[in-house]
Amino acid sequence: MMLLSVDHVGKRFDNGTEALSGLSFAIRDGEFVSLLGPSGCGKSTVLRLIADLLAPDHGTIVWNKARPELGFVFQEPTLMPWTDARANVRLPLDLKGVARTQADDRAIAALTRLGLRDFAAAYPRELSGGMKMRVSIARALAARPKLLLMDEPFAALDEPTRQALNDDLLRLAREDGMTVIFVTHSVMEASYLSDRVLVMAPRPGRIKADIALPPGPRDRLSAAFAENQKRVAGAMLEPA
Amino acid sequence: MRRALNLLVPLVLAVALLALWEGVVSARHIPPYVLPAPSSIAGALADNFLSLMLSLWSTLTVTLEGFAAALIVGVALAIVFSHSRMIERALYPYAVVLQVTPVVAIAPLILIWVGFEHINAALALIAALVAFFPILSNTTLGLKSADFNLVDLMRLYGATRWQILWRLRLPAALPYLLSAMKIAGGLALIGAVVAEFVAGSGTATGLAWRIVEAGNRLEIATMFAALLLLALLGIAIFAAFSLLEWALLHRWHESALQQQK
Repeated sequence: MMLLSVDHVGKRFDNGTEALSGLSFAIRDGEFVSLLGPSGCGKSTVLRLIADLLAPDHGTIVWNKARPELGFVFQEPTLMPWTDARANVRLPLDLKGVARTQADDRAIAALTRLGLRDFAAAYPRELSGGMKMRVSIARALAARPKLLLMDEPFAALDEPTRQALNDDLLRLAREDGMTVIFVTHSVMEASYLSDRVLVMAPRPGRIKADIALPPGPRDRLSAAFAENQKRVAGAMLEPA
Repeated sequence: MRRALNLLVPLVLAVALLALWEGVVSARHIPPYVLPAPSSIAGALADNFLSLMLSLWSTLTVTLEGFAAALIVGVALAIVFSHSRMIERALYPYAVVLQVTPVVAIAPLILIWVGFEHINAALALIAALVAFFPILSNTTLGLKSADFNLVDLMRLYGATRWQILWRLRLPAALPYLLSAMKIAGGLALIGAVVAEFVAGSGTATGLAWRIVEAGNRLEIATMFAALLLLALLGIAIFAAFSLLEWALLHRWHESALQQQK
């Protein structure tokens, strides 16, 4: 079933940069879709438009039903340094007026799912880069989103941490039946995570390829995975 | 060991300087109305202890009242500025004018307007005017320095302006505000002293007035005793705000964290 459709959306910033033009695509319920493209092609702008943090100049974003609960994970962990991991994860629940004990329980449950139960009282400065990103994901999950928007969340992490978080993300998305729109500039990451990869071209940002990948668990060392990567990389390198 | 040394070195230097001062005054027979020896100053402090303490209390009260007023108005105005660029553009130049105009020049006007019958209110107002600008300037900067992504995230979760202010902008501005408070505390004391000087004898009863009065009577040792108390008061105010800064920031802010070695 269709969750949302982005229909001929255009966006020009105040400085005159045309970020997006005639952008159209649709997302189905439960899909894991990656937006792949070089820096500056408007991937993050698409997420902000979907999250209603920006308004399009042209076109529309249409939800099939009412807009579902959203979660957002940024490239940086974006934690509040003055408070501990639990209070950071609790933030969306506090803002929605969830009772403190219930919010605390949900925050701890979300941290536990990300393997950080023992670090609930730790301040962000006491955590590694990967752990901070896990807290950030736990915060998004605590709100029980139906649609998770992720803006290059693992770009700054080392490769083993990145791969571990990719696996965790796939597990969590599957367990919760979440739809995920994942922005990345890594062909390997997009190929590993996604049901579908939307390849974007820059200046102005637009979709230049829509690649459906075969379902099922993926093995990073398999020939099938190498073939998927080849298809995605080919589409990315092709002139727009 | 290092902490002990940090305390010991300035202490030893102070004792050495006082001994040198005492020795020079004694050896060169410098008259006490030109430069009293440290022992004479200590004597003057002991002789006038109670009255000097009352003056200290008076100056401290004016300083704290002025500081509190500057803090409340400065933070409130900074919140308004962070919400409305138009109001900031309209009012900020006047705040700068207040900052760059010497307080000595404004003080007589304020004393006349507020009236000598409300002398403490006039003194506190002058102290507040001197202390106000760093609080306004730093807090405005701090409120605007909140992480844009966090602001967006809070908006995504339906936060109200008040929630964004209370949960994000104010904590983000805290290091800036605390830094401003350290500066403003000292400025409020300077403002209080200047105000007492301008108010003159017969009205103010603080340490500045005691310095003027002792000078008129050529009681130079008492002048030095009052000066010493003023300096100690300034140090105490700075130390108190430094302690507050440490208490509020030491768990999370870079400025208060010890680097691992």
